[in-house]
Amino acid sequence: MADATLSMPRTPRAEQTAWSRLASNRHWLGYWFMLPALAILFLFLAYPLGLGVWLSFTDTRIGRAGIFIGLENYEWLQGDSIFWVSVFNTLLYTIVASIVKFGAGLYLALLLNQHLPFKAMIRAVVLIPFIVPTVLSAIAFWWIFDTQFSIISWSLKQLGLISTNIDFLGDPNNARASVIFANIWRGIPFVAITLLAGLQTVSPSLYEAATLDGATSWQRFRYITYPLLTPIIAVVMTFSVLFTFTDFQLIWAMTRGGPVNATHLMATLSYQRAILAGQLGEGAAIATAMIPFLLAAIMISWFGLQRRKWQQGSDND
Amino acid sequence: MTDVLATKAIDPKRVLTGSSAAADHSEGMSYLETLPRRIITLYLPLMLFIFVLLFPFYWMALTAIKPNEQLLNFDTVNPFWTWSPTFQHITKLLFDSAYPQWLWNTMYVATAATVLSIVASVLAAYAIVRLRFRGGQALGAMIFLAYLVPPSILFIPLATVIFNYGLFDSPLALILVYPTILIPFSTWLLMGYFKTIPYELEECALIDGASRWQILTKIVLPLAVPGLISAFIFCFTLCWNEFIYALTFLQSVQNKTVPVAIVNEFVDGDIYRWGSLMAGALVGSLPLVILYAFFVEHYVSAMTGAVKE
Repeated sequence: MADATLSMPRTPRAEQTAWSRLASNRHWLGYWFMLPALAILFLFLAYPLGLGVWLSFTDTRIGRAGIFIGLENYEWLQGDSIFWVSVFNTLLYTIVASIVKFGAGLYLALLLNQHLPFKAMIRAVVLIPFIVPTVLSAIAFWWIFDTQFSIISWSLKQLGLISTNIDFLGDPNNARASVIFANIWRGIPFVAITLLAGLQTVSPSLYEAATLDGATSWQRFRYITYPLLTPIIAVVMTFSVLFTFTDFQLIWAMTRGGPVNATHLMATLSYQRAILAGQLGEGAAIATAMIPFLLAAIMISWFGLQRRKWQQGSDND
Repeated sequence: MTDVLATKAIDPKRVLTGSSAAADHSEGMSYLETLPRRIITLYLPLMLFIFVLLFPFYWMALTAIKPNEQLLNFDTVNPFWTWSPTFQHITKLLFDSAYPQWLWNTMYVATAATVLSIVASVLAAYAIVRLRFRGGQALGAMIFLAYLVPPSILFIPLATVIFNYGLFDSPLALILVYPTILIPFSTWLLMGYFKTIPYELEECALIDGASRWQILTKIVLPLAVPGLISAFIFCFTLCWNEFIYALTFLQSVQNKTVPVAIVNEFVDGDIYRWGSLMAGALVGSLPLVILYAFFVEHYVSAMTGAVKE
């Protein structure tokens, strides 16, 4: 038995075929394993990303290949007031929605972190707006914000607070406020639940020690909770800003950029120009103009992660 | 104190049931607060949050089952309740429209794209975490960066790519494109799970003569089932939710997915359209809500897993 094992023919290294090396070498095996993911990401993400930047320098239309026209699309956009309105809206939408989402989300997370009856059920219920498809809840908001039959207008009238219906989606500023509210509504659960996960890693003994030292609840929040939560806040808010900035579906389902382009975001404007009007080059230029902002968001994420390492007192990953 | 975050890992079960105080005593320091104070500082704001977060769904469901004559009549009937619920909107939706077809399209595209992404992500995550091949860490970082590229800046060039490949107006286009959203997310989620599997198990298998493929299918995957479920349902939800690609790539009515169809096909001039619109939104949300009800913990672990890396 032992002899048989010993005399088993062993393949000498030199006789390995090229194929068996490819199939067994750790590095090659790694590349084989990566191949499906990388192929999909290259074909449908990296290549289109480059193509999008190229398209923005051409006058391509739907059904007609374009030629290189340099910065003409961008020059045209520079004089286009609707484009600047959409930039303003995108920034307003992102900044207001992100700040409120952060504040309300953190508050909700702190509330949920306390001792509560039916804790698991309440937490599960809070996440539902995040689960339901955005477009479908946006449709519900469209109905809630209806000009004639808004339930909010009706309730406020019954309470005697207003006398006429509020024109939620017909007036530019009301429309902006309404879509921002819908976005905040949709974003709070994500912020709250992820921050709650972060809160639970904070040891309760820190709070007990601080309480014995006479710290007020604000001081406990400011000097214990907040510093320990900073790394997860950085990541959550980066994602939140990123997805708010590039939002499309909420606006498209509720207002389609109206009234009179007052709620167009850069994403919805690029869809309108590129797909509906057929000006692919111009639409691509609007989409490409979003990239610098996205890079800024990624930089914030990177510095947030750096800070996390520093807080953990280590310098490796 | 600096390593508090590092030593305590996020546990999805605790996110749902525990509090930071639950570890050592059930109430923590909350006994320091009196009941009236807790009502003002805790229960009242919480009720308000839950009311605002859930009201749109209540309103959606109520509108879906209200009879037409009560739908727009706020003056004689209290709009917040109905005593004569009807299924007319829902039956109309299911039997007199292409809604079942749209539901099927959505499910088909979401399942196919999710399976494709999970297979690709399992392989990629295993390679990055355990094969430690040359350039693996750099590829992992690149996959993470792909997570930060949003669909809104890709749909225009992708539309031309899809058109050139002859995939326009075909569900296959969505099945191939959705993985670009799902793979980065699920790769990072699965990397986290694979890291928790003891390396010694794999060493034992290697010594016993198992190939890498056998190790992956017989040892790593069975141990990573919770992670796979999390990745699967989260990817499925993201697919169901996706809008801009489906809006851009699909043209014919019978190919559309639920979100696109509702926005485009239901918006006629009919003043009573709200009933069928809300029924459509309700029926389109229910599958995900039911899935969510069964796998709450996995959703939470998927969400927190994505940010903890």
